[in-house]
Amino acid sequence: MGAKQTRSAQKYQDLTDKTGFSPEQIKNLHKRFQQLSDNEETISRENLEKIPALANNPIRKQIIDAFFDKRNQHQNEVGAFQEIGFEQFLMVMSHFRPPTLKTTEEEREAMRKEKLRFLFNMHDTDNDGTITLEEYRKVVEELLSKSGAIGLEAAKAIADAAMLEVASTNVPHMAPDDFYEGITFEHFEQILKGLEMESRMHIRFLDVDTMTMRCGKSKS
Amino acid sequence: MPSRTGSHSPAGFGKSLPERGLLLLMVLVFLEGSVLPLGAASSPDTSHQTNLGDHQGTHTGPNSTKKPFPVLAVEYDRVQIPFEISLWVLLASLMKLGFHLIPRLSSIVPESCLLIVVGLLVGGLIKLAGEEVPPVLDSRLFFLCLLPPIILDAGYFLPIRPFMENLGTILMFAVVGTLWNAFFIGGVLYGVAQIQPANPSDLHQLELLPCLLFGSIISAVDPVAVLAVFEEIHINELLHILVFGESLLNDAVTVVLYHLFEEYAGVGTVTLLDGVLGVISFFVVALGGVLVGAIYGILAAFTSRFTSHTRVIEPLFVFVYSYMAYLSAEIFHLSGIMALIACGAVMRPYVEANISHKSHTTIKYFLKMWSSVSETLIFIFLGVATVDGPHAWNWTFVTVTVILCLVARVIGVVGLTYVINKFRIVKLTTKDQFIIAYGGLRGAIAFSLGFLLNQDHFPMRKMFLTAIITVIFFTVFVQGMTIKPLVELLAVKKKQEAKRSINEEIHTQFLDHLLTGIEDICGHYGHHHWKDKLNRFNKKYVKKCLIAGERSKEPQLIAFYHKMEMKQAIELVESGGGVKLPSAMPSTVSMQNIQPKKPPPAKPVERVLPQLPKGREEEIRKILRSNLQRTRQRLRSYNRHTLVADPYEDGFSDLLIKKQRMVELEKKMSNYLTVPAAPPDSPTMCRARLASDPQAYSMKPVSDSVPTIQVDLASPQSPDSVNLLDEFRHAGQQQPEVEDQGLMMKPPSGPSGPNKPREADEARDQQKLMRCLSDPGPSADEDEDEPEKIKKKKSH
Repeated sequence: MGAKQTRSAQKYQDLTDKTGFSPEQIKNLHKRFQQLSDNEETISRENLEKIPALANNPIRKQIIDAFFDKRNQHQNEVGAFQEIGFEQFLMVMSHFRPPTLKTTEEEREAMRKEKLRFLFNMHDTDNDGTITLEEYRKVVEELLSKSGAIGLEAAKAIADAAMLEVASTNVPHMAPDDFYEGITFEHFEQILKGLEMESRMHIRFLDVDTMTMRCGKSKS
Repeated sequence: MPSRTGSHSPAGFGKSLPERGLLLLMVLVFLEGSVLPLGAASSPDTSHQTNLGDHQGTHTGPNSTKKPFPVLAVEYDRVQIPFEISLWVLLASLMKLGFHLIPRLSSIVPESCLLIVVGLLVGGLIKLAGEEVPPVLDSRLFFLCLLPPIILDAGYFLPIRPFMENLGTILMFAVVGTLWNAFFIGGVLYGVAQIQPANPSDLHQLELLPCLLFGSIISAVDPVAVLAVFEEIHINELLHILVFGESLLNDAVTVVLYHLFEEYAGVGTVTLLDGVLGVISFFVVALGGVLVGAIYGILAAFTSRFTSHTRVIEPLFVFVYSYMAYLSAEIFHLSGIMALIACGAVMRPYVEANISHKSHTTIKYFLKMWSSVSETLIFIFLGVATVDGPHAWNWTFVTVTVILCLVARVIGVVGLTYVINKFRIVKLTTKDQFIIAYGGLRGAIAFSLGFLLNQDHFPMRKMFLTAIITVIFFTVFVQGMTIKPLVELLAVKKKQEAKRSINEEIHTQFLDHLLTGIEDICGHYGHHHWKDKLNRFNKKYVKKCLIAGERSKEPQLIAFYHKMEMKQAIELVESGGGVKLPSAMPSTVSMQNIQPKKPPPAKPVERVLPQLPKGREEEIRKILRSNLQRTRQRLRSYNRHTLVADPYEDGFSDLLIKKQRMVELEKKMSNYLTVPAAPPDSPTMCRARLASDPQAYSMKPVSDSVPTIQVDLASPQSPDSVNLLDEFRHAGQQQPEVEDQGLMMKPPSGPSGPNKPREADEARDQQKLMRCLSDPGPSADEDEDEPEKIKKKKSH
């Protein structure tokens, strides 16, 4: 029992260093992981698809795919997992940590890049480094998928308009015969500069066990 | 009087504009100052005279001596009140004009300060003339007439997203901060008043309760002053919404404290029971106010659902319902400000989906106009009321008050931020805290509340008023003037001026769903989860009730996209489509550049977008010209019930210019967002056309026999449309692709095929079209969602 505890403490320490979560947060997430995986070591897509609250989400599939995307593990691999373990689960979750008062400017920039990269990977499904018009159309279609027929018609127009906007802000002078291949990561960063991703793309990670219903406020 | 104005009239030639402006200002002030006492002086005389005259008139019969018929008579009495009101409003507006003639002055000194100075001058002039200064800052006038427009303007254009995200912080500052301020200031003042050494001064008479009452009056941050100053410094959205939100929400606290202490100041004691009742009262006041506002808001939204036939009075509903909400809340001593904010914020999304584009513009302009005039008047009246007095200057009291206000504010903000930062994700830095503390300006609400005090219950009323005015002057002048350089000095983040782009909107929505999904995976019900639930509830039930027709199902992204297209189309027409490209698209990138290349088609010269042969172009031009002429002949006469929007109404030369623009528009259309020639299915197209059809305000569909400019919507019988359709069908058949090309035209399925399945679309498009008649006014404005006031000069 004691050995197991020190082993898990050690493991948690590794994870803390890698992902930046605090040990309490990791413990909570581990509990949730075990809930989702029915106490197995790994979870598969079916486990995530079973979550009832996700059913109403129009981009459910993209979110679940993101968990199984090797690119989000920061190990320069590509492709998709079939099942992921707790460590991979945590790595994906670490993209949603908020900045703290102590985060420096460079760290903020790095954080923003990382989050934008996550979004980019969600859009760039064929992993060719650019978001083509087809891929972008798919994104908008999925977003509007819960809105019926109106959504689908307008989705194309909106995606085209958005693409046009990206092209005209980043490559203002194209000859009529030039072709804009797709949105590269730099262009993606450029157009979303105004949103300040590091302050928007985060959720609260609880420090205290929700099970005991204490006041669960993040101290990060 | 003529001599005065004559001697001060600006001699044009040698002087530059600023000097001229200054002189003009002086003239206006003197004019105002001289007319008002005249009015006041003449009225008792004339009223007396007319009374006598009436008496004589009724009593004398055949006995009266016959007077010559008065060719010119003066009867000021009848019109006195409206006349004076108009004069004040005119003064306020001319002052605003005047300040902008002197740009250097207005960049150093905020407008509010200048207006107070003008008020002082006018008040001084009136006093010099020996007349009694009219009690202009009468509490009834202030609370019932001057304050509501400003608050409604703020509430209607409140940026909901940042407000809701920071609601917890705002409430903390508003409630706890104001309570702290009130008790601290009141308590310390009482202590100071008691510790006066040997010489017994008036201060010893000061009881605890009046002190606390004074504290509660003076502690509330004033929305009018905050708006006036913060509008000019353009700080980032977060700080703006924090200070401004606080100033709005602290009204509930102020109302409760004020009534509590006023009630019991006569008796002299406040028991614990009263305290508890006070707390309960606070919740009732705050939540009751919001509830009243929300009810009226929903009523207004529901009413706007049925206004499609009477577009002209749509804005009226918005104004009247909101004002009723305010008054209803005031009946029950609930917080009128919160009612007004709730009403505006609740009704806005639904009303905007229902009303026409012109009504929207009207509402926006009227709100800005009224709130602008109100604000100006309030500051001028503050100046006049200062001159009026009554004053009872007490050095100790006043200086201690001023110092305490500052100290209490700083301590309050720092302490609260320490607690709040534990719960916030995006923490407030020291710079933020400083701006929040420094931005706690006091204003006219405090003065009016003080004015309301009963002299008998509060013998120290005059002293209070003097102190309040001093604090107001201090905050508005000193803090108002120095905040701008301080913001520059501390390099506080400024407001982002960038326009909202479609990409940002897409990704904002995407992020919302993503974060909700991640929260669901994590398993705890956070902020995003509840927001998502509320949105779904809204979409499913509320929108269906309150929004007319098809718009109820329109997702937010599409609504945003349509709004953007509309703006671009208007911009396009405005700029003539010819010489200058609209600033939004300073590039040569067009749809062709992003469409994926197709394998080379059979005909080598063929481009993806069919190039119309020269002859065809000429034909199209002829068709368009003839349509325009027919349109002109079909002009309806103008009447109040159908505001006919006919841009061709004035002048044939305009007509010619516009015809030219239209033709060029056709050519340019292919290069822009709002589409090439005529894919019959795209709703984009319909709205991008010059919707100058005078019939458009009626709901009946475009009659078949009359060819209109909306070529694509015309029925198959119309020869014009079929010809054009033929052209594209012909070109389309060359390239029988299956793949969809989005904004590109589709190969139509048959001669009338594209039109029939579009009936439903057409009806919807007609509806949209009719709501969207262009009005040249709004194109110069920024995004409507921003609470930026048009009245402020656009000097960034």
